[in-house]
Amino acid sequence: MLPKAKLWLALTVAALSLLSTNLQAAWELNMPRGVTQTSREIYDLHMQIIWWCVAIGVVVFGVMLWSTIKYRKSKGAVPANFHESTKVEIIWTIIPFVILILMAVPATQVLTEAYDASESDLDIQITGYQWRWEYRYLRENADEEEVSFFSNLATSREEINNQLPKQENYLLEVDNALVIPVNKKVRFLITSNDVIHAWWVPDFAVKKDAIPGFINEAWTVVEEPGIYRGQCAELCGIDHGFMPVVVHALPQDEYDAWYAGRQEQARAAREQSNNVVTMSDSLAMGEEIYNRTCIACHQAGGAGLAPAFPALAGSSVVNGDLTANIQLVMNGVPGTAMASYARMLSPVELAAIVTYIRNSFGNSTGDLVQPSEVNALLEAQ
Amino acid sequence: MSAAHDDHHHGPAKGLSRWLFTTNHKDIGTLYLWFSFAMFFLGGTFAMVIRAELFQPGMQLVEPNFFNQMTTMHGLVMVFGAVMPAFVGLANWMIPMMIGAPDMALPRMNNWSFWMLPFAFAMLSSTLFMDAGAPNFGWTFYAPLSTTYAPETVTFFIFAVHVMGASSIMGAINIIATVLNMRAPGMTLMKMPLFVWTWLITAYLLIAVMPVLAGVVTMMLFDVHFGTSFFNAAGGGDPVLFQHVFWFFGHPEVYIMILPAFGVVSTIIPAFSRKRLFGYGSMVYASASIAFLSMIVWAHHMFTVGMPIAGELFFMYATMLISVPTGVKVFNWAATMFKGSLSFETPMLFAIAFVVLFTIGGFTGLMLAITPADFQYHDTYFVVAHFHYVLVPGAVFSIMAAVYYWLPKWTGYMYDERLAKLHFWLSFIGVNVLFFPQHFLGLAGMPRRIPDYALQFADFNWISSIGGFLFGASQLIMLVVVIKCIKGGKKATAQVWDGAKGLEWTVESPAPYHTFTTPPNPDLIETP
Repeated sequence: MLPKAKLWLALTVAALSLLSTNLQAAWELNMPRGVTQTSREIYDLHMQIIWWCVAIGVVVFGVMLWSTIKYRKSKGAVPANFHESTKVEIIWTIIPFVILILMAVPATQVLTEAYDASESDLDIQITGYQWRWEYRYLRENADEEEVSFFSNLATSREEINNQLPKQENYLLEVDNALVIPVNKKVRFLITSNDVIHAWWVPDFAVKKDAIPGFINEAWTVVEEPGIYRGQCAELCGIDHGFMPVVVHALPQDEYDAWYAGRQEQARAAREQSNNVVTMSDSLAMGEEIYNRTCIACHQAGGAGLAPAFPALAGSSVVNGDLTANIQLVMNGVPGTAMASYARMLSPVELAAIVTYIRNSFGNSTGDLVQPSEVNALLEAQ
Repeated sequence: MSAAHDDHHHGPAKGLSRWLFTTNHKDIGTLYLWFSFAMFFLGGTFAMVIRAELFQPGMQLVEPNFFNQMTTMHGLVMVFGAVMPAFVGLANWMIPMMIGAPDMALPRMNNWSFWMLPFAFAMLSSTLFMDAGAPNFGWTFYAPLSTTYAPETVTFFIFAVHVMGASSIMGAINIIATVLNMRAPGMTLMKMPLFVWTWLITAYLLIAVMPVLAGVVTMMLFDVHFGTSFFNAAGGGDPVLFQHVFWFFGHPEVYIMILPAFGVVSTIIPAFSRKRLFGYGSMVYASASIAFLSMIVWAHHMFTVGMPIAGELFFMYATMLISVPTGVKVFNWAATMFKGSLSFETPMLFAIAFVVLFTIGGFTGLMLAITPADFQYHDTYFVVAHFHYVLVPGAVFSIMAAVYYWLPKWTGYMYDERLAKLHFWLSFIGVNVLFFPQHFLGLAGMPRRIPDYALQFADFNWISSIGGFLFGASQLIMLVVVIKCIKGGKKATAQVWDGAKGLEWTVESPAPYHTFTTPPNPDLIETP
């Protein structure tokens, strides 16, 4: 084949594949029906009201359109004299009122059901952070191993900054998804650690604000196994657009296996925090944590974003006293965007991130932090 | 002797001092309108940055933090700088002429209430050039994002809002004092043009809620600087309290921006239908009912904060009720056109587009009122589409209709009808291409206020952006039309439009610097 023809063929294939992926979901016009009873009821309510509006619109706009065609001055229309009618005014006050009652009845029913979070099978506490979610599975009894983890955006900065092609679930993928069993009433207890966020999964029709100092309730019974995606819905600062929600709904047995595996991991992590780590492992892990957790504020290369987000390159804290540095990362800086990472990161991760920042961006303290040092500081608090 | 004589015949002062020291309602109206036009372009520029960044997925032009500054500044500038001052400018120009008064009741305060505004907006805009950047917490500035977590420039924002609020309150007092005290003999309340009625009601709303806005920003100021914890949960405060107080201001604010628009449209549709407004009395009562209801629906902005179910139901029912008086108004406008003798000059085109597109915004408003459905719509582009439909082809189109309608009276020349119609059609197409796809985006799950989005939202976003650029560029045509009309053109008659009714058409065009220094003949005053 001629080089030119090859090029055209390649371009055509690329264009077609682009078009076909676009056609899959890109022209979505309506709300999803979703996978819960509540979401379907809300969808039906939504459609019912749209049709009422369409009907009213057809009548009103019809009269206006008719008037603009039929009663043109240029066609010699002579204006009529009428300008009031109490009877007509009463009719078009009462008819909309009756329509409103017809809308309000099902709306009240759906709302009452959606508000009944009682008798749940599983309770999960959801905490919003700038800019990630924490999921904590509430235990039946206190000696069980607790399952809790953070869920961060998994889309790379390179994709966001157009240096790599965007994957299918661009901005809607996380490192650790929330996992729930199907056909069980799962209650979410939603709160926040900093500003207001909102936890939203359109397919469940669950959207609830995560507010510091409040615990909001929401619930769902997912009927079909699958992966469901949503996003934070309340403006929560710089990376508001970058804190997705991903939920895996699994059949009960798979869920149970996953849960047991998570408990095992938690036990292992607790034990691991006594291990001794090497410099190269720490730097690799630290870099990964930095790119996921710190980069939004402290920026690539530790350059910072003055004045709210200090640079780490050449920073007096990062190049100063090691213990003070670890404590700052653990506890955050009250009144600033610097959050407390004592719970967000494990002791191994805390040690790695401090090691990383103290030996990167031109900082060269040579310090290697061991998880045991972090553990000691955590216990001292 | 000669001084006393001059007092009756003096024209405007010369040069800059005319504008700085003027107490003339027409000059101050002009100042307000030009200021609003300038802010419309400034806020529009911010919107262009937003639409350009959202043209494609991925971050292209700006940082997420700057994007948040743009959405915040766009909202603040458009609400407080463009729409509200435009209506105050129209009120200044038209209310004294419509009620046969020589000027506003409190002319010096009138001067002051205008001249505070440029300083407020200079202060607000100056934050764009500061290290900490402009406010980035949304025009609704929810705490604690706007307090504990705010950039340092929040203090400038608070002070600017205080100054804007003071200006609005003074403007409102002036309008109430003028309407209640300065009507010409024979101009009874139920003979007032609807624009005067809707503005009177709006002025009461302003006085009721602007102090609440001042209160909430003062509480923020104390939280930021003086160690209180009104909105800080860690100190025993309540972030939800912020939203209640803010929306107690914020919802009536929505009607502050739309009631005068109702007045404009109720003036223009009869004029170009050559037929009296249908149901004048019911229009007045509907406006008053809307104003009353607007005070008791604020928490429909907060259906997802976790209110008790009784609260959710109350605010749902109350909100749905607003559609009854609003519907009455729309039906009355349609009935006014029915069996009229219609012509389609630019003001009429904008007014008809207003009725249709505002009603679409009203429909989505009704959908948003349904609490369970709102769980899906809340904080998505569906909401963005909704309030832009009521504010852009709603409030803004009514302002444009009003400007084209009264421009010959202000300048003494007819504007270029061909260019004005081009402006209308490009704006009409642009605004729908811009905002209609946003309904789909919201329903498909795109949250508002995000600088980047998932791939399934890509197509409607670029369409929306194209519409945005078209709408934005079209507004330059209006600037050309206005400047051309000030410079000259076909001489306007006193009546200007053959179907127009009201006292403003009994004075020559351009309206003399002082009008109705003696009251008009009571026989000229008809029920609209």
